[in-house]
Amino acid sequence: MADEEDIILSELDDEELVLQMHDDLYDGLKEEIEEGVRILLDRGWAPYDVLTKALVAGMTIVGADFRDGILFVPEVLLAANAMKAGMAILKPLLAETGAPKVGKMVIGTVKGDIHDIGKNLVGMMMEGAGFEVVDIGINNPVEKYIEALEREDADILGMSALLTTTMPYMKVVIDTMKEKGMREDFIVLVGGAPLNEEFGKAIGADAYCRDAAVAVQTAKDFMSRKHNKLAAG
Amino acid sequence: MSDPLSRLLQTRDWLMADGATGTNLFNMGLTAGEAPELWNTDQPDNIRSLYRSAVEAGSDIFLTNTFGGNASRLKLHNAQGRVHELNRIGAALGREIADASGRTVIVAGSMGPTGEIMAPMGSLTHDIAVEMFHEQAEGLKEGGADVLWVETISAQEEYAAAAEGCARAGMPWCGTMSFDTAGRTMMGLTSAAMVAMVDQLAHPPLAFGANCGVGAADLMRTVLGFVAAGPERPIIAKGNAGIPKYHDGHIHYDGTPELMAEYAVLARNAGATIIGGCCGTMPEHLKAMHRALEERPKGPRPTLDEIAGALGGFSSASDGTGDAAEGAARERRGRRRG
Repeated sequence: MADEEDIILSELDDEELVLQMHDDLYDGLKEEIEEGVRILLDRGWAPYDVLTKALVAGMTIVGADFRDGILFVPEVLLAANAMKAGMAILKPLLAETGAPKVGKMVIGTVKGDIHDIGKNLVGMMMEGAGFEVVDIGINNPVEKYIEALEREDADILGMSALLTTTMPYMKVVIDTMKEKGMREDFIVLVGGAPLNEEFGKAIGADAYCRDAAVAVQTAKDFMSRKHNKLAAG
Repeated sequence: MSDPLSRLLQTRDWLMADGATGTNLFNMGLTAGEAPELWNTDQPDNIRSLYRSAVEAGSDIFLTNTFGGNASRLKLHNAQGRVHELNRIGAALGREIADASGRTVIVAGSMGPTGEIMAPMGSLTHDIAVEMFHEQAEGLKEGGADVLWVETISAQEEYAAAAEGCARAGMPWCGTMSFDTAGRTMMGLTSAAMVAMVDQLAHPPLAFGANCGVGAADLMRTVLGFVAAGPERPIIAKGNAGIPKYHDGHIHYDGTPELMAEYAVLARNAGATIIGGCCGTMPEHLKAMHRALEERPKGPRPTLDEIAGALGGFSSASDGTGDAAEGAARERRGRRRG
């Protein structure tokens, strides 16, 4: 650490600053991220560009290393925390400037399951990718999922279960959506340690997501398909 | 050696633990989302049959139906005020079955994770976690558990908090972690790191090891990781009976009794002393495991290839220990922090 020199963020040019912010996100440095966001805004950057080029791009690196087993939950939580701090500054500005919306997700763990670590990670990574996330918490009965989907006019439903005792409940939710004729209106993603792709298919989900990074990629893929479909009329 | 498990370990080369709790209770009609622990008072006969089925299959140790019996987990079902009662009764039912078995059977008081993330990353402080485990431990102790059995832990901090909770109750304990993420625990702990951590605890477990995770092959790789780290105490292997599949409204694990018998023999060859199953392991699996452990002699330590050949492939290329992991190890790239 002898050659360590304190970097003054405001002295970096735009390109260096953005790269530095990617590093700082990776290291979970919350205050540095907040500072970086403010500097870019002061330099006249559009809030949407700060979001995508500095924060989302940085979280993509975190997501890839998490997927590859290089980063683990504690590091990702720190990174997501830093991201969130940056987002807090950008959120009101994004709304004001009418920046494009990536998509909206309702997420929660199923009835009986309080294991919200995976769900929180997915929520943070989805926010990190620019999605709007409505977290309905843990232990959700089917009514709560349905009510939130309708109220929020969401695109995606994310369900999480970490126990073999709770994972079958996901099917209860999907079956109820079918009964109400609303299943096709939503992209349903499921995740949790005991699940696998076959299980996701068997219960009628659109996809099983192995981890938070995969969830983000899958959500993006399904959203672009949805947009294409709408465009094709 | 005042406790029954230590005494049993001195007289035997291997001990068989039990199988699944959740999977078995589902088959008795537990529905998704219900707290299994409530059955200790609501359906005690089902819990008795669960315990009895393990004993009849030859288990030397069985775990009580108290996995989710801490205040944090029971709170979901508004039963956070019943921690002591549900654990005491869960253990007392076990005592009853063990004492009626006519041989030495160990009642192990199951203690699962709180489900919360510990500080500073999360909100659960060390002191609160210790007290939660302690509260549960006292109930299990009063119900007559021989030993406490902490399982499916992901975070080193939570394992340490559980150790302290057991110490406060003055109880011997065993503790296993779940290695389900690229060969490590969800929080990134490797098998070798667990061995180092266990040996440093002020109130170390009688035995330590791995449970649940991703199938029997991955669990075996973790056991080899423990052995390579030269642990001082017995190793526990409690793997899942394959991978969960969904059939007609319920979960079915694809591991056959034959596969689990093979796994049991391999686990002993690898160096595990206490061998059992986890999710999906039914009485017929336990019977096949017991028969194989009795009939087949201990063999040489298996290689990874032999494990994959017998039990199927691994879920990740490396288990996160040794040279293979060094290349992939995280390098903090932060230019600011050097």
